[in-house]
Amino acid sequence: MTEVVLATASTQVLAERRRFRVVRKLAAHRSFKIGLVLVTILLLCAIIGPMLTGIDPTAMSIRSRFKPPSARFPFGSDQYGRDILTRVLYGGRLSLSIGLSVALISGVFGALIGVTAGYFRALDPYVMRLMDALMAFPAILLAIGVGAALGAQASSIVVALAVAYVPRTARIVRASVLVIREMEYLQAARVSGAGDLHIIVKHVLPNCLGPLIVQLTFIFAYAILAEAALSFLGIGPPPPAPSWGNIIAEGRDYSVEAWWVMLFPGLAVSLAALGMNLLGDGLRDVLDPRLKIET
Amino acid sequence: MSAASIVVVRDLVKTFTARGALLRAVDGVSFDVRQGETLGLVGESGSGKSTTGRILVGLEAATTGSINLFGHEISSTRGKAALGAVRRRLQFVFQDPQNSLNPRMRAQDAIAEPLDVAGGWSRSARNDRVRELLEMVGLPSSCGDRFPHEFSGGQRQRIGIARALALKPEFVICDEPVSSLDVSMQAQIVNLLLDLQERLGLSYLFIAHDLAVVRSISARVAVMYAGGIVELAPKRELYTLPRHPYTQALLAAVPRITPNRARAAVITGELPSQIDIVPGCTFHPRCPFALERCRAEKPKLREIAPGHLAACHLHETPA
Amino acid sequence: MAEQPLLSVENLTVQFRGDAGWVNAVEGVDFSVGAGECLGIVGESGSGKSVSALSILKLHSQSNTRYASGAIRYGGRDLLTLPRRRLRQVRGREIAMIFQDPMSSLNPVLTIADQIMEPLRQHQGLSVQAARRQAIELLEMVRISDASRRIDDYPHRLSGGMRQRVMIAIAVACRPRLLIADEPTTALDVTIQSQILELLRELQREIGMSVILITHDLGVVAEFAQRVVVMYAGRVVESASVPALFERPMHPYTEGLIRAVPNLDEDVHRLATIPGSIPDPSMSIAGCRFSPRCREAVKSCLVEPPALVDAGAGHFARCPPRIAAGGIL
Repeated sequence: MTEVVLATASTQVLAERRRFRVVRKLAAHRSFKIGLVLVTILLLCAIIGPMLTGIDPTAMSIRSRFKPPSARFPFGSDQYGRDILTRVLYGGRLSLSIGLSVALISGVFGALIGVTAGYFRALDPYVMRLMDALMAFPAILLAIGVGAALGAQASSIVVALAVAYVPRTARIVRASVLVIREMEYLQAARVSGAGDLHIIVKHVLPNCLGPLIVQLTFIFAYAILAEAALSFLGIGPPPPAPSWGNIIAEGRDYSVEAWWVMLFPGLAVSLAALGMNLLGDGLRDVLDPRLKIET
Repeated sequence: MSAASIVVVRDLVKTFTARGALLRAVDGVSFDVRQGETLGLVGESGSGKSTTGRILVGLEAATTGSINLFGHEISSTRGKAALGAVRRRLQFVFQDPQNSLNPRMRAQDAIAEPLDVAGGWSRSARNDRVRELLEMVGLPSSCGDRFPHEFSGGQRQRIGIARALALKPEFVICDEPVSSLDVSMQAQIVNLLLDLQERLGLSYLFIAHDLAVVRSISARVAVMYAGGIVELAPKRELYTLPRHPYTQALLAAVPRITPNRARAAVITGELPSQIDIVPGCTFHPRCPFALERCRAEKPKLREIAPGHLAACHLHETPA
Repeated sequence: MAEQPLLSVENLTVQFRGDAGWVNAVEGVDFSVGAGECLGIVGESGSGKSVSALSILKLHSQSNTRYASGAIRYGGRDLLTLPRRRLRQVRGREIAMIFQDPMSSLNPVLTIADQIMEPLRQHQGLSVQAARRQAIELLEMVRISDASRRIDDYPHRLSGGMRQRVMIAIAVACRPRLLIADEPTTALDVTIQSQILELLRELQREIGMSVILITHDLGVVAEFAQRVVVMYAGRVVESASVPALFERPMHPYTEGLIRAVPNLDEDVHRLATIPGSIPDPSMSIAGCRFSPRCREAVKSCLVEPPALVDAGAGHFARCPPRIAAGGIL
């Protein structure tokens, strides 16, 4: 009897192992590659750039005020004679870390809230109405409110933006959880006696990660843009510490004569947001081909 | 001589409220499963067969009814919480090879999950058991570290069976285990289930809509229609001498390979709405032999010949 | 039989774009349907039966499919090379198709009336009232009771069997000469299945149309079709009249498949199986694609891909060793 079973097995051909299928697909995706290159360049600039310039971003020099881009000041100088390139590089650290923090915090809390709402159906209406209420506020207004309450520093911006974006991540996670909870592998775990915690940790969360990560890349991009906007409005990280947003803000009054003060940090913000969006598009297309928009 | 009954179900009822109306998915079902034997549960969509299976294993809670598993009275209405000590002695094999395995879990981890949940297995004991199970279901033990998408549908179903056998259950409920597979794979999996039954002394409740597959694996067969059992008999009797008009119609409707078969009358009508309950027998609107009595009084499932039960007014007195 | 077939597929090879380049979904497929005839195409998953059928009306995604070779002859033309405008005239009016899943084949936001009337107004240019009258007649033709009321229902109010009937009504609205039915009853209960097959039989007689029935169910083919083509792993492996195929299957796969079907009328100890599993389309196999699973494989089977051999009386099989041995090994 067993011989029949085994004979059947030995002639079964297992599918040829396609390792790292996802990585290969990503490597072939054009948008993803462009995005990855952009983001990597910006990250490198932000991390090691400041160490290479050797210039103090806060060093003022009245004689060098409003110098246009030149060999000495590749990005020009601002109203205090500070080197814009160096400020943009240092500013990158702050802006990118704000973006990263917002993405991670909203990701973690969004996942917690989304799983709670999606898995424990009794709590769903209450949790989601709360999320809806949060979403009803425009993110910038909410951030201004929280920022005003907590004081204008980088950390309060992070908290404000994270709160503003949590409903997005919560929704995405909840949608995934609603699908996963109907899957038979989850029921199989129940039949084997698994409790809710085991099921959530081993089955629900790992399968939510895909759409969540894609969403986080977009939130990263939104956060960078929002930080720029908030700094522009005066609620950002206070001077003299540079962030892309407050460099732009300071350059506002001189936008006609010293256009380079706003241009270069503005470009940095745009490129960062663009790069992250392209990265996110690539991830989304590879992870869920059904959502792919034919190009 | 029949073996002892390890599963005794009496008057199981499951109702849902859908849009304010009451839907009777399972309407008073009673049956036994005997040790070492397979009871086939056959029916079309809406018959309540899957719901019955899921209630037995605790995935759903019944509305009323009694379930006795291995001599223990289980509160059917408490769902899986009620299973307690008996839980490990029964298991479930799912239908869809696509969804029954977590795509992010390797095969060996999926198979070992019951062991991990139960606890108390050392790393080496766990790995040995996984290897043993893979071998038992006819898969090479080297494939344990692969992910579900690297296997074919039939292979995934084998993994699901291995997972079900991890803690050495005595009673396995199989819910349409081969319906999603190709014909050539169906035969392999059915044979595997039969081999495992012989080798491990398992008892099965085999739920399916395919009458021929059910015949190949069951000792006794129960036919369900619109939430109730209409006929229950040893397989040879059921298939050669069906007594209930629905069973007869069902058997006649299956297309066969043997040529020149006199084409039986096609059964008309559709499954009744389970919300607007008609009084009397659920099948009478479609029954070619309906009597006046059938419209008014719902027939009970009673023994009309030794070991052969039917719920039909046409067979009032035992043959 | 010197009669010209209604539709003839010749040496069709269809390729899909996979992760690693173009892959053959079907290769060198030949079959034909005569007027008023029913042809069954039988196979398991990956056999290419649906791919072949969808190719007739070029319903595949344009960016990911290519027709590497072959022709589909209908009405003196090759459908594969027909310009889009002409092809749209053929679709629905002369060749119609019904699909497997009645749940997703009907548009949930349109009433039944809108959906049946669409082909009538498009192909026959009828006015709204005339189209509606004909739509009601069509619903009655497919045995839907209370048609004049039900026609204004939305699909979600109908059961699976009824939706399939509506699909059939839409398909036969313009009295097509050929109906392609892709697993029309697979998702339905067996009692409903027999009703739908009976309906198709009656319509076939009334309208005089040919039917290509694609299915994995040998029983359905045996009861419904006159001729049958068996496909495996993208190739036609056997082609014969229905009685001949079931009485004396020539190809080892066909034989294995017939024996693997569980018997409704007999008790067996174990089911007969075909060892192994269906190959992935991207797998390249030297020689006969069935050889890794074939109990009767000989040396030549593993080396050269076999050709379709004529065993006489319209019975073809892609197994030279079997046919050489007179069909019995």
